[in-house]
Amino acid sequence: MIAEILDKQQLSKGVFKMVLSGPKIAEKRKAGQFVVIRIHEQGERIPLTIADADPDKGTITIIFQMVGKTTRHLADLNVGDTILDLVGPLGKPTHVENFGTVACIGGGIGIAPLYPITQAMKAAGNHVISIIGARSKEVIILEDEMKAVSDEMVITTDDGSYGFKGFVSQALEEKYLLPGKKIDLAVAIGPVPMMRSVSEVTKKYNVHTVVSLNSIMVDATGMCGACRVSVGGKTQFVCVDGPEFDGHQVDFKGLMDRLCIYLGDEKQSIDHYCSCTRQVTG
Amino acid sequence: MEMKDRLKILRQPMPEQAPKVRARNFDEVPLGYTPDTAKIEASRCIQCKNRPCVEGCPVEVDIPAFIALVAEGKFIEAAKKIKETNALPAVCGRVCPQEAQCEARCVRGKKGEPVAIGRMERFVADNERAQGEVSIPEIPPKTGKRIAVVGSGPAGLTVAGDLVQLGHDVTIFEALHAPGGVLVYGIPEFRLPKAIVAAEVDYLKNMGVKIETSHVVGKLDTVDDLLNEGFDAVFIGTGAGLPTFMNIPGENLNGVYSANEYLTRSNLMKAYRFPEYDTPIVRGRNVAVVGGGNVAMDAARTAMRLGADNVYLIYRRSRAEMPARSEEIHHAEEEGIQFHLLTNPIRYIGNDKGWVVGVECLKMELGEPDDSGRRRPVPMKGSEFVIDIDTAVVAIGAGSNPLVQSTTPGLETNKWNYIIADEETGQTSREGVFAGGDIVTGAATVILAMGAGRKAARAIHTYVMSK
Repeated sequence: MIAEILDKQQLSKGVFKMVLSGPKIAEKRKAGQFVVIRIHEQGERIPLTIADADPDKGTITIIFQMVGKTTRHLADLNVGDTILDLVGPLGKPTHVENFGTVACIGGGIGIAPLYPITQAMKAAGNHVISIIGARSKEVIILEDEMKAVSDEMVITTDDGSYGFKGFVSQALEEKYLLPGKKIDLAVAIGPVPMMRSVSEVTKKYNVHTVVSLNSIMVDATGMCGACRVSVGGKTQFVCVDGPEFDGHQVDFKGLMDRLCIYLGDEKQSIDHYCSCTRQVTG
Repeated sequence: MEMKDRLKILRQPMPEQAPKVRARNFDEVPLGYTPDTAKIEASRCIQCKNRPCVEGCPVEVDIPAFIALVAEGKFIEAAKKIKETNALPAVCGRVCPQEAQCEARCVRGKKGEPVAIGRMERFVADNERAQGEVSIPEIPPKTGKRIAVVGSGPAGLTVAGDLVQLGHDVTIFEALHAPGGVLVYGIPEFRLPKAIVAAEVDYLKNMGVKIETSHVVGKLDTVDDLLNEGFDAVFIGTGAGLPTFMNIPGENLNGVYSANEYLTRSNLMKAYRFPEYDTPIVRGRNVAVVGGGNVAMDAARTAMRLGADNVYLIYRRSRAEMPARSEEIHHAEEEGIQFHLLTNPIRYIGNDKGWVVGVECLKMELGEPDDSGRRRPVPMKGSEFVIDIDTAVVAIGAGSNPLVQSTTPGLETNKWNYIIADEETGQTSREGVFAGGDIVTGAATVILAMGAGRKAARAIHTYVMSK
């Protein structure tokens, strides 16, 4: 179905938040689910997490970072523009219950998909510890939103420009796991190296850890297998079996390799897009 | 024309693009009959009394009648005649296995070659479209009954076309952004141009069928939601859209595709026109395609068109057991696909960046017949060898996508998770819920799915009218 862009905000350098019309998706979606968009007739299909939804207004919120051609094109669109296809909600919802204490750990753009999960964990009665981090202060997103649904919050930056200096995985270990604080579940979403290091740390302390994977997808309904990943030695499809998996079982190396398949094509596609937009504007 | 003169006429060949030329473009391979060749071919039909060809057609097209019209040059009338029972003649004229159906029963095939029914069907449909004279049949008064069709592949389109012509209100829900199912994501442009699928879909729309694309039943809503929202019946035609892998080492390496992904990228997403279209595809120089069916042939021929130097088709049995249509095998051979028969992959070899660089295979020999009646391939000890490749496509069949079954309580399935439905009516274990096509039978052909759709449409009509 066609979706209209109802609101657009830039959250940080290269990171945008958009509110899209999607009444039925807004009504049905649950924390952890995603949508697929295709901007125009020549467009590719890309998955984006549903960061928030408002069933009364019939809207969903997406947050994305400009990385490839399609996210760049999306960032160039404005309020009133439309997206040709919006499909969802896809993927399995997060398993939410009162686990006790849940650590919600987000890195960079991964804080966007983490937010609705944190919200749901809090609503289910958990004691929520949020640990969110990024390269530096300017690229931390959703700080206030996350704070509002957390009992405790730690902010980390790689360069020390804000909060704890270091990675989220280090903050998790030094502030909570090493001192022996009991954590019943960890949810970690962010770049693959971040999810891998969090999983390595929690494994040492035997804390069950859920990670949410952002694989390359085409149909996103289980038809093509583009998003497949090895979990505990078994091939799983991120689009229908996930996107959430046991972080201690995921083959992060294989996941990383598969995310790099089209890097060369991506550059060519961006060059093509930029030369086309230049022609239009010039 | 005298009978003896009819019998003298030889089957009219179909002109095709030359193999070397077509192996590097995505244009359609056969060029189609001219009005003259169609008329000549039509005059080969002896209009026999028994009409065995009609029995060979899963949707019972009145073949002798349409051929008689072609022979008289009444091409538009011929198209109307076919459309009485087949809403998708341009598609069927191209992808039906006529050699195993209508043409297999043709009496002229007993001595010589059968009448080229498929080629004439294709000509008639293309001619009608080219003339811009696609007629919409008269729709009877509305019955007030609403029917939901899940999936817009051959089964769903047939059900929709039949039911709308009976006066029902029909809505198709399609998960992808374009209607057509396997006709758009699976079958390549060079075998079935997408403009033709779009035209056949438009024909249904003009008859009043509503199509909601990007609507995933099983996620956005369920079959029960549809029934609760006021649909009187639901037809499930979700196809066999689950890729099968061999579960051998290295299958998740970069450059190893399921046939579903490879063909969806190229066909539905038009990756062969990258970067004009955004979706990329790995353009391998040395490509292995594993499998021996029509999908394997489609993948191999696509790889060639994407610029490969070598395309190897690896199949574990011999040529005689290949499930692909002989025409497809022939086309693939002509285009330079290299067949490695009686060969089975045992692992993919990767480099340090996670890209496939080789496939290790075993030579096979044929043993005793298996359940399918085909001789079982048995590995030959010590016959391991490696083929250097940079891309592989696994085309060894497809399973059932569980999205609808898993969200429809009480819908019975078999051990392969296909929906259990009555062969004659498509009736499932749930009242008001019907199913047909690959989601019931497992991966088969376009026309068999259409045949199941036709039967289900009749049963749905009876059901909703008695409600």
